[in-house]
Amino acid sequence: MIGVIQFPGSCDERDALAACERVGEARMVWHEETDLSGIDGVVVPGGFSYGDYLRAGAIARFAPAMGAVSEFAARGGPVLGICNGFQVLCEAGLLPGALLPNGGLRFICRQVDLVAESCDSPFAAELEPGARLSIPVKHMTGRFFAPEAELDRLGAEGRVAFRYAAGENPNGSARDIAGVTNEAGNVLGLMPHPEHAVDPLTGSDDGLTLFRALARQPSPA
Amino acid sequence: MTVADAPHRELGLTDPEFERIVELLGREPNGVELAMFSLLWSEHCAYKHSRRLLGKLPTEGERVVMGPGENAGAVDIGDGHAVAFKVESHNHPSAVEPFQGAATGVGGILRDVFAIGARPIAVLDSLRFGELDSERSRYLFEGVVAGIGHYGNSIGVPTVGGEVCFEAPYEHNCLVNAMCVGLARSEEMIRSAAAGPGNVLVLFGASTGRDGIGGASVLASAELEAGDGAKRPTVQIGDPFEESKLLECSLELLQSELLVSLQDLGAAGLTSSAGEMASKGEVGIEIDVRRVPLREPDMEAFEIMVSESQERMLAVVEPAKVEAVLALCEKWQTGAAVIGEVTGTRAMRVLDGGEEVGNVPVTALVDECPLYDLEPAAPASWPYGNADVLGERVAINAGRTADPEDPSAITVALLASPTIASKRWAFEQYDSVVGSRTIRRPEAADAAVLLVAESDRAIAISIDGNGRRVACDPRAGAIEAVLECAQNLACVGAEPLGLTNCLNFGNPEKPTVAWQLTEAVSGLAAACEALGVPVVGGNVSLYNETEHGPIYPTPVVGMVGELPDPERLPGPGPADGDRIVLVGPFAPSLAGGELAKLRGELDLGLPATEIAPVAAALRFVRERVRGGGVRAARDVSDGGLACALAELAIGAGVGVDADLDGLVEARGCSGETALFGEGPGGVLLALAAAEAEALLAAAAGSGVEALDLGAAGGERLELSAAERELTLPLADAERAWRSLGENVER
Repeated sequence: MIGVIQFPGSCDERDALAACERVGEARMVWHEETDLSGIDGVVVPGGFSYGDYLRAGAIARFAPAMGAVSEFAARGGPVLGICNGFQVLCEAGLLPGALLPNGGLRFICRQVDLVAESCDSPFAAELEPGARLSIPVKHMTGRFFAPEAELDRLGAEGRVAFRYAAGENPNGSARDIAGVTNEAGNVLGLMPHPEHAVDPLTGSDDGLTLFRALARQPSPA
Repeated sequence: MTVADAPHRELGLTDPEFERIVELLGREPNGVELAMFSLLWSEHCAYKHSRRLLGKLPTEGERVVMGPGENAGAVDIGDGHAVAFKVESHNHPSAVEPFQGAATGVGGILRDVFAIGARPIAVLDSLRFGELDSERSRYLFEGVVAGIGHYGNSIGVPTVGGEVCFEAPYEHNCLVNAMCVGLARSEEMIRSAAAGPGNVLVLFGASTGRDGIGGASVLASAELEAGDGAKRPTVQIGDPFEESKLLECSLELLQSELLVSLQDLGAAGLTSSAGEMASKGEVGIEIDVRRVPLREPDMEAFEIMVSESQERMLAVVEPAKVEAVLALCEKWQTGAAVIGEVTGTRAMRVLDGGEEVGNVPVTALVDECPLYDLEPAAPASWPYGNADVLGERVAINAGRTADPEDPSAITVALLASPTIASKRWAFEQYDSVVGSRTIRRPEAADAAVLLVAESDRAIAISIDGNGRRVACDPRAGAIEAVLECAQNLACVGAEPLGLTNCLNFGNPEKPTVAWQLTEAVSGLAAACEALGVPVVGGNVSLYNETEHGPIYPTPVVGMVGELPDPERLPGPGPADGDRIVLVGPFAPSLAGGELAKLRGELDLGLPATEIAPVAAALRFVRERVRGGGVRAARDVSDGGLACALAELAIGAGVGVDADLDGLVEARGCSGETALFGEGPGGVLLALAAAEAEALLAAAAGSGVEALDLGAAGGERLELSAAERELTLPLADAERAWRSLGENVER
């Protein structure tokens, strides 16, 4: 059972839930819930949690459900943060780096190509390094940033899951990074939206692989 | 208070209107009452110059579930579902404060749709500004686009399409029309009529502040004047997070069957919402303003009654369900308060801490506003300006040495014209994919296409208008606006189900504007009748006028249609070797077109349009598209065939070689007119050669005109039309067509 966290102000939670339901069972987890028993994987979806008027993800990290998500991640449970979810996981300290306003200072919605880099994480079970995925981005605050040394380390430790394909970096992200994992590899933050790439009719189904991989994860200890 | 004191004049009421109020009440109104009358008797709320005309529009149809008069119209799409939609203007607020004006325009139209129990699934915008070489136009364009994005993106409703035009008459009075489309289970839809004396009024959502006081009367129902920056406090401030909670809360309240009726608070705030609910339900309403949650505790009674603070809804609730309603509001962290009740008195009674401060008959407030007849008179000559800028535009876009009469140079100048150029700069700032329904994103097709798996089909949506052409001939131009939408729908195989419109005009008390309005409404009515498309709702925005003159008369049409099988949708452009076929009675004319504008040759008059042959051609196109085998379909619009063929070629990255001599002969027009002339009734289809042959035979068999123009291939646009020839590398055409961004950020 995949749990999709729903904050007031989430936008993509219903789409994330629908994407999960294409490959397995899923349910919504209200932001005030703290009991994740029975949940085998978590999606922190996109949107503007609590309005994001302070800083993207800054309020949501204090949500009761996020305390439970942190414990879940610490036990090795797989957690996928998408867009705002990525921002929330960075704010919560579950992922390295930070997400800054786009280089162009404007919201961008665009279909982009991603290239899978490190495929060690459970989310990339079906992918080979170099695989290209066509997935949309849509964000105002998606420019991945980390100090140079940290970027070197992420690369060396195989924690860069996805980069934007050459010439496709929409927001000025450092080293074209589109997605990173935590040290253990069970938490993935991704700026593009795989839940909006699960049906060729609406543009692409390249994102489905991430949800399939998530659904196949064993329950955490 | 006497007429001579005239506080009513400052509030926008005329002396005879004030005298009428005194007559209806049998006494002079007090301050609270006068404030309420001034808002509800404003043009914006009472439609006093347009209501009689609007009666001419056809509003009935088999599929209509909700017609004009409700918060939004709705049409049945089968399997127990309905699509709700409406377009509304936020012109003057956007001209005064573009970001918040546009943002709250989106917020307002979303509320109209979820107020009837439909979940918003798409937003489209129709925008008009002055020419982009004006700094003010660039400021307004940037601000409006950012404002639309801010609100729509934050609340998670995709912005899937729209149009943007740039014309000098909008320089001082931009137009921002937003359309929202929602999806509802028919049985969960709700009306706004209050019912059941003793039932309770619950106001929920944001608290009430001093923003937007007098917006509907001072701002929306009068001409804009110099120094209108001082009117900024009349513009509301939007909070999409509050609206997001309000939306989810409203829909959950309706699903839980906890409400008797529901209405959003828009122009004229509580006064309008409560007044209309009481009027429709033929009941009375009593409100105590001190029970309204306030941002500033010292607000006066009249301010609370007319505040246009955003993100608020008013519900009628049975007493036994009030507790459950308040609990659900608590869950969604949205404020809620019981502020009054429904009464059997047919009076609108306002209390301030229990003490009566206003008491007027609901009918006087809502239904007794005097209606005015227009006094139309056609102008003797073209009432707007003309400027010859073709040489300059050619020099900028095709090079200093280019000949402004050369068709290649003209094509480049037209493609770079901001009204024709790709709007990617704007629509990439909008989330067009949230909701997982968007099958055709902006510019991927002439109409936006959304999946509605709930009833196993897709819907197509288009919003269109062409103020310049309506200025040339209001009746023909309005017909064209409806046909343009129908053409866009036909290109994706969709059959029109219903239509909404926003009538943006100048000051109707002036004879020329009155003529424009009268003629345009008659054109809209004729086109809707002929196509069999009912008007299910709309909005009128008058007084779009400044000391520099009125805007172009701009009826904006939003149309929704359905298609059975989205798998068969055409793609973005032809494949190498495909034939390009022109279908329909398209009879190009340079009158009122983009080229006539660039040459400064605009004048009154457009060729008359026969609607029936266009309708027949569109039925033919729709059936061919639905049958599959059409690789790409685009209608001929601004900039004529040259631009339509160029856009088709750019869409696929494949050149086009076409010969328009057949059209020149059939219409007896010049080569230049065939290349750049505009008019309704033309659709370009790209198909494999065998498919094209079958299509031409089928067209001949059904009496629909179809002309094989040429083939796709190569990397150039090569067109010939009698004495005119043009050869343009596709890369040059694409560079010109994609130049909008650099023109905005110059």
